[in-house]
Amino acid sequence: MLQVILKRIAIAIPVILVVASITFFLVRMAPGGPFDAEKVVPPQVMKNLNAVYNLDAPLFIQYKDYMFNLVQGDFGPSFRYPGRSVTEMIFTGLPVTLELAFYAILIAMVIGGFAGVIAAVNRNTPLDYIPMTIAMIGICMPTFLLGPLLVLFFGIHLELLPVSGWDSLAGDKILPSITLGAAYAAYIARLSRGGMLETLGQDYIRTARAKGLPEYKVIIRHALQGGLVPVVSFLGPAIAGLIGGSFVVETIFQIPGLGRFYVEAAFNRDYTMILGTTIFFSALIIFFNLLSDIAVLLMNPRARSEA
Amino acid sequence: MALVLFFGCTKAVSPVDSGLEAQILHFGNGSEPQGLDPHIVTGVPEHHLLIAMCEGLTIANPKGGENLPGVAKSWTISPDGKTYTFFLQENARWSNGDSLTASDFVWSWMRILTPSLGSQYPDMLYYVKGAPEYHQGLTEDFSSVGVTAVNDYELKVELTNATPFFIKLLSHYSTYPVHKETVLQHGTIDDRNGQWTRPGNFVCNGPMNLKTWELNKQITVEKNPLYWDEENVRLNEIRYYPVSNESTEDRMFRAGQLHVTNVVPLEKCPVYIEQNNPDLRIEPYMGTYFYRVNTNHPVLKDKRIRLALAYALNRKLIVEKVSKCGQEAAYSFTPPGTAGYEPDTSIPFDPELAKSLLAEAGYADGSNFPVLEILFNTQEGHRKIALAVQQMWQQNLGISVQLVNQDWKVYLAREMTGDYQISRAGWIGDYEDPNTFLDTLRPNRGNNKTGWENQKYDELLATANSTNDQELRYSYLNQAEKLLISEMPIIPIYTYVKAYQISSDVKGWYPNIIDTHHPKFIYLER
Repeated sequence: MLQVILKRIAIAIPVILVVASITFFLVRMAPGGPFDAEKVVPPQVMKNLNAVYNLDAPLFIQYKDYMFNLVQGDFGPSFRYPGRSVTEMIFTGLPVTLELAFYAILIAMVIGGFAGVIAAVNRNTPLDYIPMTIAMIGICMPTFLLGPLLVLFFGIHLELLPVSGWDSLAGDKILPSITLGAAYAAYIARLSRGGMLETLGQDYIRTARAKGLPEYKVIIRHALQGGLVPVVSFLGPAIAGLIGGSFVVETIFQIPGLGRFYVEAAFNRDYTMILGTTIFFSALIIFFNLLSDIAVLLMNPRARSEA
Repeated sequence: MALVLFFGCTKAVSPVDSGLEAQILHFGNGSEPQGLDPHIVTGVPEHHLLIAMCEGLTIANPKGGENLPGVAKSWTISPDGKTYTFFLQENARWSNGDSLTASDFVWSWMRILTPSLGSQYPDMLYYVKGAPEYHQGLTEDFSSVGVTAVNDYELKVELTNATPFFIKLLSHYSTYPVHKETVLQHGTIDDRNGQWTRPGNFVCNGPMNLKTWELNKQITVEKNPLYWDEENVRLNEIRYYPVSNESTEDRMFRAGQLHVTNVVPLEKCPVYIEQNNPDLRIEPYMGTYFYRVNTNHPVLKDKRIRLALAYALNRKLIVEKVSKCGQEAAYSFTPPGTAGYEPDTSIPFDPELAKSLLAEAGYADGSNFPVLEILFNTQEGHRKIALAVQQMWQQNLGISVQLVNQDWKVYLAREMTGDYQISRAGWIGDYEDPNTFLDTLRPNRGNNKTGWENQKYDELLATANSTNDQELRYSYLNQAEKLLISEMPIIPIYTYVKAYQISSDVKGWYPNIIDTHHPKFIYLER
């Protein structure tokens, strides 16, 4: 297992460097610069600004300087927000995004896992069709529709919950977590149903039943571990996707997370911020994929022996 | 759902309700400010914050018109209009208790004019004698710049020309003083990344003080007990929310989380007008929405074609049926009523005249006319206007028009390099004077972008701005405006309005064309 982890980390480093290099040049190829504005910056001022941010150096020198700083863990200053470093901004947004992702995945797992197991156990009955239909709707419903709908109903119509914010008003984390978690709950419901159905057909389950174990014990003690493997392998990319894709929910609910920095940086051509967040997200995706692979290894003896 | 039921068994008191007694204003501020250094930032959200936390020599009048005293309690102007002497409030203090003196202004103006700071607004002080030379690095001796501290409470400013709107410039944040010791404690005079604007470090001289700054979440300012006019400040706190999504902001207002919004969502404006929404405000705003014409284009360099395009547009129909949020059709570049200036221009909607002009230019009924391209940045409102214009030109002139939308920065880059034929544009005045509009179309101005250069126009503006007599000055400006409209390098479409929602609890908030609402006059009362 340790070997697997070390191998994966060894691959991760060049991957991140390649991502950084490609992003560096792609960003520079995009028309428009960080200081372009509707009110044109006088040439003299532009010259000064370029000098301040080393943008007047040849591109290759800038690349060399950037990579040199990057290797030392320095993402540079934000161009858009003078006085803020990219690292500072990432670590301001990250805890919020992680917390949001955590609640969302928790909701997704509890609701999705429960619905999937119920559906699998009651295959081809209304208890299968109803949760799976809801799950299908959940997968199809985009967050930018679900979010405002929840807000209109619970926030404005019933006046029960705040319509926006994070950690400002009581209960303001509920609606965004549900909105972000809903689509994932739907996926997990379908995955866990599939996984459970496959497991429930296995010989060892039949053996357990033959030994006279009550059905709930068969499911909880024997079927779940195998049935949820597809869910666990989905969790790695899902968490990475939740963190990287939280932009829409963060915007709808006015949440100061990392997703908003990421997207706004691209619109603002905030070069260092785009690079910093891209590299950071790549590292996160690699990390969570690794975590989910380890979890699968731990849960699945067959995969463990193959590794 | 269980969580919802668990947490939400009772209706909570909304921030707007709880803010009433505590005098806490909840303010929708558009987007996250770039920063709080008045010499570095540009933009409207920053403006809202800085007028609360800092103060220049004058402040904008909340009811419009002439500026009111700020740090300067009074001033005198020499007969030739070139020398201003400001007498400062003797009880003006920095928020750390230090006295604010005339030399603070001298140092601060030196800072904004320091080339290596890379300030984007140094031109606000270019009217001061020697300022452009210092900023462009032609001299390193700041004493050659016409700003002197005569004593602690007297500041003398010498201008190159009589600049009748100079007092107006002094309420712009780029001319604000900064606290020298604080700036230098956290960096150098030209340090863009200095940490002096952080909560705990920030020192300034306005009615409010920086309390907290949570990125992308909120900025809280609280009443500054050391402000010279502290007894007239009634708000205890203002919370600024950087809500960039218009629909989110609208929902926040409806749920009682905001007293004032920054905008009204495009699609909601006509609905709210029809519903007679009592919280909706639509007020004239000093900005013009127009189409920029690339006069270097082989076809568009012909003035007759530009005029034909302008005359073929039914502006009234555009504002009534397309923009639908109270905008006024524009027949001049400067919005009417800017500092009492009324442009005497007209742009007829006359398809017949337009057609004959086009025919005169060799394109009778639009035959052989190349396909025109309208460039705009991706936004629903711009697309709708462009569609209407496209249809009017096709219908009234018989020419084909293509719409091209681009990401904001790509659009800017194409405009800058002249890689466009017609492009959507808007201009919001920096200060209340026609010059802030007309100046942009002088030759060699970066914001011109049309390629149009007219010597007579340039001379008219130069003459106008060296005149101290306001009436005479406006007559020159009017002549320039007429010349501009007769040449049509830009095609005015409508005058902007400021549409927003505001709670009836907010008092001391008056409509004004520059949309500046100084916090020291605002209070909450039901």
